[in-house]
Amino acid sequence: MSNAEQNQDYTSGEMMTVTAARALENGTTCFVGIGLPSEAANLARLTHAPDVVLIYESGTVQTRPKVLPLSIGDGELCETALTTVSVPEMFRYWLQGGKINVGFLGTAQIDRYCNLNTTLVGDYTSPKVRLPGGGGAPEIATNAGEVFITLKHSTRTFVDKVDFITTMGFGRDGKGREGVPNIGKGPTRVITDLCVMKPDPVTKELVVVSLHPGVTAEQVQEATGWEIRFAETLKSTSEPSAHELEVLRELKERTARAHTGQ
Amino acid sequence: MANVLSLQEAVAMYVQDGATVCMEGFTHLIPFSAGHEVIRQKKRDLTLIRMTPDLVYDQLIGAGCAKKVIFSWGGNPGVGSLHRLRDAVEKGWPHQVEILEHSHAAMACAFEAGAAGLPLAVLRGYVGSELPNVNDQIKFIECPFTSERLAAVPSVRPDVSIVHAQKADRAGNVLVEGIVGVQKEAVLAAKHSIVTVEEIVDDLDTHPNACVIPGWAIDAIAVSEKGSLPSYAHGYYPRNNSFYKEWDAIARDRDAFTQWINDNVMQAGGNVG
Repeated sequence: MSNAEQNQDYTSGEMMTVTAARALENGTTCFVGIGLPSEAANLARLTHAPDVVLIYESGTVQTRPKVLPLSIGDGELCETALTTVSVPEMFRYWLQGGKINVGFLGTAQIDRYCNLNTTLVGDYTSPKVRLPGGGGAPEIATNAGEVFITLKHSTRTFVDKVDFITTMGFGRDGKGREGVPNIGKGPTRVITDLCVMKPDPVTKELVVVSLHPGVTAEQVQEATGWEIRFAETLKSTSEPSAHELEVLRELKERTARAHTGQ
Repeated sequence: MANVLSLQEAVAMYVQDGATVCMEGFTHLIPFSAGHEVIRQKKRDLTLIRMTPDLVYDQLIGAGCAKKVIFSWGGNPGVGSLHRLRDAVEKGWPHQVEILEHSHAAMACAFEAGAAGLPLAVLRGYVGSELPNVNDQIKFIECPFTSERLAAVPSVRPDVSIVHAQKADRAGNVLVEGIVGVQKEAVLAAKHSIVTVEEIVDDLDTHPNACVIPGWAIDAIAVSEKGSLPSYAHGYYPRNNSFYKEWDAIARDRDAFTQWINDNVMQAGGNVG
């Protein structure tokens, strides 16, 4: 816990979720990853973005879950959806067909060019740690209009070079999207528990654009596995409002009750 | 026309050692009781296809049924790793298992292509991903009309597909409701298919656009009440999220896993979880 945090009535995790939620504009059609993205997307829907359209890869279209799903295919997502389509239809018509504005992803590792690794740590044939794999992410990053990424900030997650590119941000040299027709813009912002980053418009290297209250540039650098760049005019992220915190805490309490109520 | 068989008869008849087997159900309607029957019958050298291996393939892998696993997301949803899958891949227990991994989009397209009788699926996928470096079943082709570079993967054509559904009528027509995943595609793509159902009813009580698989497109129907626990059956019972969390500790330890399989699968005829 940072010194500043001790004086705050919210956690760095809540700061991250609220900031990620604010990134979603009302009316956006969002393809939602499980975990932190799902938490942020539903907080957005329950606060400033009541008309955000949430779509999960299990085929649930325009879903409005009362509690956060534990899995990507929880019954709650289907029961509160406008309609539920097959998984091939979801990926082919809705994602590849260009109907998604924002793909919202988490990841295990990310590098300076926003490449994501959810496959393994170490070597492919003899991994140190085997992770779950690609899931929907490779094509969400290809076919969504743009991609938001949210994860906790540490040298384990922010690495100089990802061990494996499961999902391309901008490739090993930052030029991976150049000249590729019919694909989305790729990652446009990364939200962590310390700061907000955006890719440089030309080089595509991640640049810190906003520090969360009480967080220093040194802290961000210490938690990043490469020499990270900072914007010339570094902003301070707005604090969560009392309303946002109240809605988020209620959502998480409802979710905890539902998931232990078996 | 589907024959109504016991689950034991259906698995004995259609799941052969060395077969390519697909058990589908995207988090929902996972055919656990059928997977357990495969374990009880000690089937070996199976190539197991599933988008999300989930606990059912973790159990089959740990029990020694798998030679190869083709998948696109191999975790315990919302909990963490599939420890039996990892132990087999990382340490070769109970024996080395080959893996072939895709993305969800590619596998979904491959199931659809299999159902459509095509040899391959084409998608705008794997752009910049390193998965093609480690999976020789991912290729790129040029569109003959636009020259766009597109990914191609072989279609999924299992020897047998096994899915679970809510109900069948007496003619073996099956209704699948809720999150339907790739179940229909899996059945239509396979040479043979087994559908386990919660119950057989006189009337499916359906509507014109419901996901109904005709009985004549299925080989065997087996009644298996609560056959998808600890996953869930929309309209029948919820997902046992607590068991998914408990599985983490069971599956981490080889002895605990073996004991669990012995107590709950080998020595049990029914449903668990």
